[in-house]
Amino acid sequence: MAECHPVGFQWVMEAKQRGATVIHVDPRYTRTSAVADLHVPLRAGSDIVFLGAIVNHILSTGAWFEEYVKAYTNAAVILREDFQDVDDLDGVFSGYDPETGTYDTSSWNYDGVGAQSSAGAGEEETLENSDRGAGGDSGESEQSEKQRGAGHELGGHGADMGLSGMHRDETLQHPRCVFQVLKRHYARYTPELVEQVCGVPPEQFAKVCEAVTANSGRERTTAWVYSVGWTHHTVGIQYIRGAAIIQLLLGNMGRPGGGIMALRGHASIQGSTDIPTLFNLLPGYLPMPTVDAHGTLPDYLATISSPDQKGFWTAADAYTVSLLKAWWGDAATAENDFCFDHLPRLTGDHGTYRTVMDMLEDTIEGYFVLGQNPAVGSAHGKMQRLALAHLDWLVVRDLNLIETATFWKDSPEIETGELRTEDIGTEVFFLPAATHVEKEGTFTQTHRMLQWRHKAVEPPGDCRSELQFFFELGRKIRERLAGSTLPRDRPVLDLTWDYPLDEHGEVSADAVLREINGYHLTGERAGRPLSSYTEMTADGATSGGCWIYTGVYADGVNQADRRKPGRDQHWVAPEWGWAWPANRRTLYNRASADPQGRPWSERKAYVWWDEEAGRWTGHDVPDFVADKAPSYRPEPGVGGPDGLAGDDPFVMQADGKGWLFAPTGLLDGPMPAHYEPQESPVSNPLYRQQANPTRQVFRREDNLQNPSGDEAGSEVYPYVFTTYRLTEHHTAGGMSRWLPYLAELQPEFFCEVSPELAAERGLEHLGWATITSARTAIEARVLVTDRVVPLRVGGRVIHQVGLPYHWGVGGDALVSGDAANDLFGVTLDANVHIQESKVASCDIRPGRRPTGPALLEHVDAHRRRAGVTILTGNEVRSGDPTSGGGAAAVAEVRAKEHTSDE
Amino acid sequence: MSDLLGPRDPASGAGWDDAPPRKGFFTDTSVCIGCKACEVACKEWNLVPADQAAGLSMLGSSYDNTGALGASTWRHVAFIEQPKRAGGQDLNLPLFPVGPSASDAVNRAADTAMTGDRSQLGTDTEAVDLGMPGFQLPGQRADRKDERPRTDFRWLMSSDVCKHCTHAACLDVCPTGALFRTEFGTVVVQDDICNGCGYCVPACPFGVIDRRVGDEQTRNVGIAQKCTLCYDRLGAGHTPACAQACPTESIQFGDVDELRERAAVRLATLHEAGVPEARLYGEDPEDGVGGAGAFFLLLDEPEVYGLPPDPVVTTRDLPSMWRTAATAAGALLAGAAVAFLGRRR
Repeated sequence: MAECHPVGFQWVMEAKQRGATVIHVDPRYTRTSAVADLHVPLRAGSDIVFLGAIVNHILSTGAWFEEYVKAYTNAAVILREDFQDVDDLDGVFSGYDPETGTYDTSSWNYDGVGAQSSAGAGEEETLENSDRGAGGDSGESEQSEKQRGAGHELGGHGADMGLSGMHRDETLQHPRCVFQVLKRHYARYTPELVEQVCGVPPEQFAKVCEAVTANSGRERTTAWVYSVGWTHHTVGIQYIRGAAIIQLLLGNMGRPGGGIMALRGHASIQGSTDIPTLFNLLPGYLPMPTVDAHGTLPDYLATISSPDQKGFWTAADAYTVSLLKAWWGDAATAENDFCFDHLPRLTGDHGTYRTVMDMLEDTIEGYFVLGQNPAVGSAHGKMQRLALAHLDWLVVRDLNLIETATFWKDSPEIETGELRTEDIGTEVFFLPAATHVEKEGTFTQTHRMLQWRHKAVEPPGDCRSELQFFFELGRKIRERLAGSTLPRDRPVLDLTWDYPLDEHGEVSADAVLREINGYHLTGERAGRPLSSYTEMTADGATSGGCWIYTGVYADGVNQADRRKPGRDQHWVAPEWGWAWPANRRTLYNRASADPQGRPWSERKAYVWWDEEAGRWTGHDVPDFVADKAPSYRPEPGVGGPDGLAGDDPFVMQADGKGWLFAPTGLLDGPMPAHYEPQESPVSNPLYRQQANPTRQVFRREDNLQNPSGDEAGSEVYPYVFTTYRLTEHHTAGGMSRWLPYLAELQPEFFCEVSPELAAERGLEHLGWATITSARTAIEARVLVTDRVVPLRVGGRVIHQVGLPYHWGVGGDALVSGDAANDLFGVTLDANVHIQESKVASCDIRPGRRPTGPALLEHVDAHRRRAGVTILTGNEVRSGDPTSGGGAAAVAEVRAKEHTSDE
Repeated sequence: MSDLLGPRDPASGAGWDDAPPRKGFFTDTSVCIGCKACEVACKEWNLVPADQAAGLSMLGSSYDNTGALGASTWRHVAFIEQPKRAGGQDLNLPLFPVGPSASDAVNRAADTAMTGDRSQLGTDTEAVDLGMPGFQLPGQRADRKDERPRTDFRWLMSSDVCKHCTHAACLDVCPTGALFRTEFGTVVVQDDICNGCGYCVPACPFGVIDRRVGDEQTRNVGIAQKCTLCYDRLGAGHTPACAQACPTESIQFGDVDELRERAAVRLATLHEAGVPEARLYGEDPEDGVGGAGAFFLLLDEPEVYGLPPDPVVTTRDLPSMWRTAATAAGALLAGAAVAFLGRRR
């Protein structure tokens, strides 16, 4: 955190000075480790074992917060008889289909609850009727493809569970209750396993367990902070789930000083999921409609929620209609489903990696790249760059002439002869962009807080903001289409595109924020901003661009622009910026009070029930129906917010409880189970199943994988490598390698190795090293440092190589170097389709890499020695070469989605 | 020469009437996270160019690629990797493995496939010492080869800066008056007066001030440059850029008297918290430079951070030298006089 978020880290330092214990668990000893109370190095990709053993420690020592767990989690809920755990099935949960590499998740559900697959209620019927066997050139069945498309969306709105038949055992003794299942599942996750898999000595691990448990309970809370070191994995979701289980067992959710904090990769990444740049989401985590399931607005809404569902998603109709009104204004009427048909429909995957593979197949003509440098920042840079050469046109908007814009003349493939400039037909348009100080708008930070940013200076020359660019683009397209009578042009022509301009001719970002907030369209309040999403209606009387942001312009005031100093308000500081939803600073804060509504302790009092006033009150905006008493119990069959009891704090969950066990919503398992990374020199000691059996693999000649574990040839790539950032640079370097003040601070690409690895391989400090994977080989200066510690894993010593990924090969930056991400292949997680780019295996040798065609020969020689084929590493079910691809094993398997180089 | 072993209040000593309280820095290295925001903020505000003396190559000195203070580096963050325990931190390093790794198979694979071109190896391997004591490069440490377990480890970071000495030799030797004592008690170079003679460079006991090197586009090449404690910002009532940018309040700006009190409190806190190695550097008005306006809390000997252990104002001996010279001259004159007198006799 000190390394990548030094400004935010000031609060950690302040907490430390006030007595907090800071523990840093990371393969790498960073600037954070230097000031932490404890640094725990572990093998990259082994975190599920580490977290699982903490769960086991909590359960076996009785350190769990009993009253919290019994009241606020699903610990007491009884699971179905046909649920089977990974230990029963050699590494997969019940419902696994080796043909498709996907789960039928119905056996994971609560006992007595209507069987629903994770794809959600509305989609169920379509799935049943879909033509599964079609196959074609896709190696993946229709069913698994749809499930994968649905996964991310369910992260937003949960699923209808029809909870009426649920059974509970309040004593937590029933062998099939979640608590007992959890206990059995984690019994194997011992300190010895941590030592064996993670390389962490038991003494070191015990210190972490002691610190975390001693600092949790009524009087104290512990917070977990993670970043892409947890998410860029084929099991990333399950890392977060592991932390969630710990936090729920210790009572650290919904309470001050608790929680699990995702540090985002750069400014407003949170904002770019709230108002998404993801292909399968609409603003406010509404799903993108699909072509076959969502013919009409009612069809669509039925997949998000049903009237019997509990919680706040039941008002999704109001959120959706208000969004359609914001986009299409007067053209959106009840008669035409509020222009629902103007929305594009998903026909399949349109994520980055799928898109890049489509480029290689020449099915994509043009590409916009905005504020991203995929030629350097994305996994498998060679695939990215080769794909760009297939385009007709490419628009790059950035501050500098990044490698993505200059690939046609100076990419590594020009040097190897894989690309020739004169053969590349891509027309590249480079448009200079305004920086963050040259434009106004909001940043949404990691804790969902919007902060308004004023323009400090006018952008120089032709530099323009993204807002201005898209406004102008839209204006010009609309001009070209003016007068068209074609139905296909209506969605663009009907758009509300009437933003006011300022004195410089720039679109007013303030007006856009107002539109996002929403306003009343009819009645006496017509034109007035909405103050809360609860004011949104489904009849077209309100407009609003993102329901969760409603309130940011309450009372006609830009609430994100508030900067009242902390010393002038109370410690929660509600008048600094504005946090969604409803300016609530801690989500699910009903859990900060006990079931009767009293604070768990005076020290940790946050939100509580005021008996006299008959309302919830406290330091924050209560995340609960304001006048719903703790004793409230719903009538059976009541849905929506009224369906939740007065002690159901997790108000966005279909049962109001925190999920120790996820009965629905996840595609790769209801509880985290350890799998090795896609590429790992270590065998999975728990079962034969080596890696996540639902991960998305791509069997392509241009995406070969290193052998892992016991596989023949894995010794050719014997080392673990991980990538990361340095304080001095920013992601793929577009904002730092062109600046002399930053470039001089870290001028060269380097690898960090331990003295032991240096001795083993003959690497010399400040010499060169060549690092090789099945994709390519890169060279780096060698930094030998005691900050890298060898680990003893499974009886042998494992070395890790650390690679900062800021450099790229090109001619325009002040400093350049080989790109660490070129080493990775493309393998994705099943839930959110993120690439595994924080761990893989490699070889490392002293000396510079070969150049020109000799580089290709060098990489190929390694592959030959390792016996790499397109099936290597791509057996989804270990030991079953046909798994996950069926008969069409050699055809590529389709991906779904990917996020940027966050 | 007004400062020479003169009064403890340098501004009034320099002739300022009603000078404001002396300003300075207290740099608490125990909370430094090495983000280098101070280096960048300083350059941004003061229009200091990229350091062409250091160039765009890796130094191999941990994460420090700046190297040292100089004309184009007015703040420098040092990174020191040491086999010592950080206060309160136990890494249990003896529990981790050392020595040759992996299986025989791996080592065989390594032997049979060693085909890389090694001719380029170590072409730029200047010896860099990562901490005290010991001068071997990492990876060449003798104590690794016999597979002894590691002991402890810590990573120290510290932002260095001009000390703004009470007795400032640079100022004493400046023949043009380009270096002057401000009303805030700080020492500032006026780049439009400096003639680049360079007398100040060897005069500084800390090696801070230097003449700028650079190409034709570079500002003030040949002119002596160093931290001004953001004289322009101070005049407008602002905090210096480095202290303003420091996220962890490792760099604290304020009245020197108050900073000394703060430093004493912080030192006591750390000693109580089991960090006995914490010590102050440069805060003592009795030291060889009469106390620094910019002083430090360190976690090891000053040498480890590249600071002289006992800095002395290089012009300290000037008065006695002048006295000696005067005596000698007098003796000569007297001798000559005696000689003449003798002749008359």
